[in-house]
Amino acid sequence: MDLRLYIAQRLSAIVMIPLVFGHIGVMIYAIQGGLSADEILSRTQGSIFWFLFYGLFVVAVSVHGAIGLRTIISEVLKLREIFLDLIMWSFGLVSIFLGARAVSAVTWI
Amino acid sequence: MATETDKMIVKVWRGEKNSGAYETFSVPKKENQTVLDVVTWIQQNLDPNLSYRFACRVGMCGSCAMMVNNTPRWTCRTHVKKVLRGDMLEIAPLRNLPPIKDLVVDMDPFFDKWVAAGGHHAPSASRYDQMPQIQSTEPERAEANKAIECINCAVCYAACDTVTHNENYLGPAALQRAWTLVNDQKVKDRGAILDTISAKGGCHNCHSQGSCTLHCPNGLDPMRSIAGLKAESIKRSLKGN
Amino acid sequence: MMKGYRNHPLWYAYLLHRVSGLVLVLFLPFHFYVLSLALTKPDKLNGFLHWTEIPVVKFAEFGLVFLLAVHLLGGLRLLVLELLPWSANQKAMAAVATAGAFLISGTFLLNAV
Repeated sequence: MDLRLYIAQRLSAIVMIPLVFGHIGVMIYAIQGGLSADEILSRTQGSIFWFLFYGLFVVAVSVHGAIGLRTIISEVLKLREIFLDLIMWSFGLVSIFLGARAVSAVTWI
Repeated sequence: MATETDKMIVKVWRGEKNSGAYETFSVPKKENQTVLDVVTWIQQNLDPNLSYRFACRVGMCGSCAMMVNNTPRWTCRTHVKKVLRGDMLEIAPLRNLPPIKDLVVDMDPFFDKWVAAGGHHAPSASRYDQMPQIQSTEPERAEANKAIECINCAVCYAACDTVTHNENYLGPAALQRAWTLVNDQKVKDRGAILDTISAKGGCHNCHSQGSCTLHCPNGLDPMRSIAGLKAESIKRSLKGN
Repeated sequence: MMKGYRNHPLWYAYLLHRVSGLVLVLFLPFHFYVLSLALTKPDKLNGFLHWTEIPVVKFAEFGLVFLLAVHLLGGLRLLVLELLPWSANQKAMAAVATAGAFLISGTFLLNAV
């Protein structure tokens, strides 16, 4: 972990502070009375706010998680730098892709 | 009540380089006894081949540092009564450093990292220049003073799991040293030190486990120093250096 | 009981932070996949959400909320440690983070059952 990765990780963490509080709040609200697709989608579809909220969340968590994963793998498996970078970028990009699909599935009409 | 004939079971790591095993000795308990006393007694009475380091034996030099029941300690400052588990004691060489023989480890990697972190003081002035008048109460000097009493015993280095899992990691002692220099007006290029400790094995690898601060026999706080380095490195990068 | 140099509160706080992060990051792709079913297979999503009725799943959700909350609050402690002027009460902050996480995830659980 060098300065640049560290800054990216801490920055993405700071961005996510309000997002995680918000997400947990939403979950506590949503879980009441059980979950259903219709209920969820009726709240989120067509909403610019949720699109931006979860869109930002997806990017931040993908960066944060990829770097965190890299750190754990480097300490446990001791792979070479190039493999660590490969795993980090792969995970990050796949996460952004899957997350973008999830956000669009839930917020686009 | 302990009598002269009461014994305890002491397991001591024996071996050379990377191979070895625990050997068990029966050692008499005494009223006042340190772990260093125990090791010395074994070497003098049972096995003259036992290798170990010590020097001052009064808690000033740090030479006698070893793992006692898997905790790094100065053995001359560790009373047996405080660490005895039932009747058992386990003594091993310091973690995270290459073993040489028995309880002796190679301290070279520890000192190499001390130097690599910028431990060598490169002054900003010569003897012909005016000496800066620094008060001990100035904030930077106060910070540095909290960290300069390190005697390089490597207890913190042995306690740190990040050192264990990351061979490039400079370690708490070396980084704490860098922190004292970063806070020292008399150092020529403090920016260069920040760059050094922001590189691959630098301060950003620290996970703030706090084992270093907990086990430092001198009561220093490397975790705090490393947190200071992290903050300074960010300030430096924001200034665009 | 772990003996030795690791057996202290801040080390356990580190372990909890690492384990929670790891579980969450491995859960994430699965989470994204399930949500994206709303796009391609809305019936499958509904079917999947049916599973969330059973107690074991509710408890697992509680576990995830706990891990997320403890990772967030523990992370806040680290950001304070690293960016703000030093304060010596690290153990107290770690305790508050863990307690807060139980409070938050407990609220979730009670609303889920």
